[in-house]
Amino acid sequence: MCAGCGGLEILHEIYDILGAKTVFTNAAGCMTLLSVYPFTPFRGSWLYTAMASAPAGAQGIRDALDILLEKKRIQPDDDLQVVTLTGDGSAYGMGLSATSGAIDRDLDFLYLCYDNEGYGNTGQQYSSATPHAAITSTSRTSLGYPGFKKDLFAIWVAHKPAYVATVIGAEPLDLANKIETVQGLRGPRLLIGLAPCPTGWDFDPKLTVEVGRLAVQTGIWPLKEFKDGRIRHTKIPKQRKPVEEYLKLQGRFRHLFEPERVETEISLIQARIDQYWDKVIGADE
Amino acid sequence: MSRQLLTGNGAAAWGARLAKVDYVPAFPITPQTEIIETIAEWIDNNEIAGRMVTLESEHSMITAAGAASATGVRVFTATSSQGLLYALEMIYNVAGWRTPFVLINVSRGISAPITLEPDHNDVLATRDSGFLQIHCATCQEILDSILIAYRLAEHNRVRLPVIVNQDGFYLSFTREPVEIPDARSAAEFVGEYNSENMGFRASSPSSQAVAVLGSGPYSYFRYEIHLASLQALSVYDDIAQEFKERFGRYHPIVETYRTEDADYAYVMINCFATKAKDAVDRLRENGMKIGLLRPRLLRPFPAQHILNALAGKKAVAVLDQNLSMGKGGVLHTEIASALYGQPDPPPILASFIGGLGGRDFSAEEFYEIAATLQDAVKQNKTPAPRLLYTETELRAMRKLQAIAHAEREKLKPNK
Repeated sequence: MCAGCGGLEILHEIYDILGAKTVFTNAAGCMTLLSVYPFTPFRGSWLYTAMASAPAGAQGIRDALDILLEKKRIQPDDDLQVVTLTGDGSAYGMGLSATSGAIDRDLDFLYLCYDNEGYGNTGQQYSSATPHAAITSTSRTSLGYPGFKKDLFAIWVAHKPAYVATVIGAEPLDLANKIETVQGLRGPRLLIGLAPCPTGWDFDPKLTVEVGRLAVQTGIWPLKEFKDGRIRHTKIPKQRKPVEEYLKLQGRFRHLFEPERVETEISLIQARIDQYWDKVIGADE
Repeated sequence: MSRQLLTGNGAAAWGARLAKVDYVPAFPITPQTEIIETIAEWIDNNEIAGRMVTLESEHSMITAAGAASATGVRVFTATSSQGLLYALEMIYNVAGWRTPFVLINVSRGISAPITLEPDHNDVLATRDSGFLQIHCATCQEILDSILIAYRLAEHNRVRLPVIVNQDGFYLSFTREPVEIPDARSAAEFVGEYNSENMGFRASSPSSQAVAVLGSGPYSYFRYEIHLASLQALSVYDDIAQEFKERFGRYHPIVETYRTEDADYAYVMINCFATKAKDAVDRLRENGMKIGLLRPRLLRPFPAQHILNALAGKKAVAVLDQNLSMGKGGVLHTEIASALYGQPDPPPILASFIGGLGGRDFSAEEFYEIAATLQDAVKQNKTPAPRLLYTETELRAMRKLQAIAHAEREKLKPNK
């Protein structure tokens, strides 16, 4: 794994709470290389599936455990919490249909997407999670990625699962609260964790926490949850910092500032954030 | 035991029921759907204790099947054609997981052009996956083969998934009399599922299907799948013998029909082979010593059985209901590999392609193929591979093309 991995930061924090009574189903991505024969860092269980179908792996395991419990072929103590772990490449794209199906079937599982905003494991090509204007290895010119980051939170919420939340490793208390909430729920519970990626986003690994904090403080990564049919923002930045403070730390946005400032693009990114929060604050009033 | 008229799909559902499967991940596709509809009805009426879940795709269906099997329950699933191809990534995957479940494939031609009718290109696309393959010719054989397949898959020297294959329409929707074994006897034969060292339990955490680095571990695990598949050849006959003792029906690895004293032979798989048997009988009435070889197991490949049955023949015709584009019949290639370099191989091994997209084989075609073999022996020359297609079919095709052209002309704007 790369130094300063924001995805691993989230996974550590979550694993500390969930513990070893878990079985992870994993899709192709950076985290696949955590468990390499004959080693694993997990005290619990693990099944690597494929890029598109990790939630279906969770379905098979959950159903099988339920059958075994029902038929008393295993003890209740032997039951496990089923957790799907994928990157954004899988969650936002190839695996979206499998996730949708799992939510439809009211699968009792936890889904963690570590979102490093690109196909990181293959060298950070753009994915549908890539933010506007970011340089990736398939959007190398000074224009960066022309599209806009897909709103996976909204897509997941539209399915009305038991729980959806955004998290980030740099806000461990918010994350811990959310994990505690999901522990008390059953059904599909899904988390998207923004995963600052020093390798893919081009910043110094020691800045991972700083980049993560700025993502929240600038409002580009809103921390929120969907529960009981309602979306609630769990941390509203009172005085949002200008987004350029977040962008400037990352090489993938350097072309917006050097050799000269690209005001139109910076303003566009800022305007979209402001529009988002205007709606949120308007709705909360 | 009872005797009922069952379709191939009905027989497949009965096979799953008698094997007391715990879990059926499903997805509908013609001509397989009747199988999952039947199982769903039994579950809903509490006639059987299994659990069925409809996934959102065959890719997910096979993932769930493998994951459940890896967790420690007995799994059954079914698909066909595009579904099998859509699942293909996971077909390879779950074989590598060594999950011993049974999949019934109802063979149907693959797109493009899209069709509903049968041929064997779908199942042969899984040939190299690690799944064992049992090919059936009758509805009875489908039911029996599913019971045998669980024994084979779960055998401690094998531990691999199995595809039981039947032809769409010709078998899936055709009613034949089928002996349904009584539930207790079938359960005794199949036995309880033993997940061995597989499972996810809080008290014994495990990591499965993890990545490997480097060619050493990769080659090792891949070789293991291959060697386990080969083990199925020696294990199979004990299981088939036990099945025969209990139920009175014997299903060999390779079925031979009047081949012993034959000079000539047809080679076919699945249900059209019953048509070849009829041709064999007619030709023998006219003095031609011909027989039929029908491999039931294609994976593992029973090379020795095939060689034993075909050595010394003057000429053999392989009738493929599939087409490897740019090569020819897949079965023909496979049979050739069993014979080449071995003692006393038939000097003529002719290839005929037919049965694509449900195309029937007529009796005349079987006779023509036999005559071609005789002619080849006289000339001591293997005939070129032949794509079967009659003048009548070509005329009908030309008519469709003429209509297509006329329709297109009609759509053109006036000049």
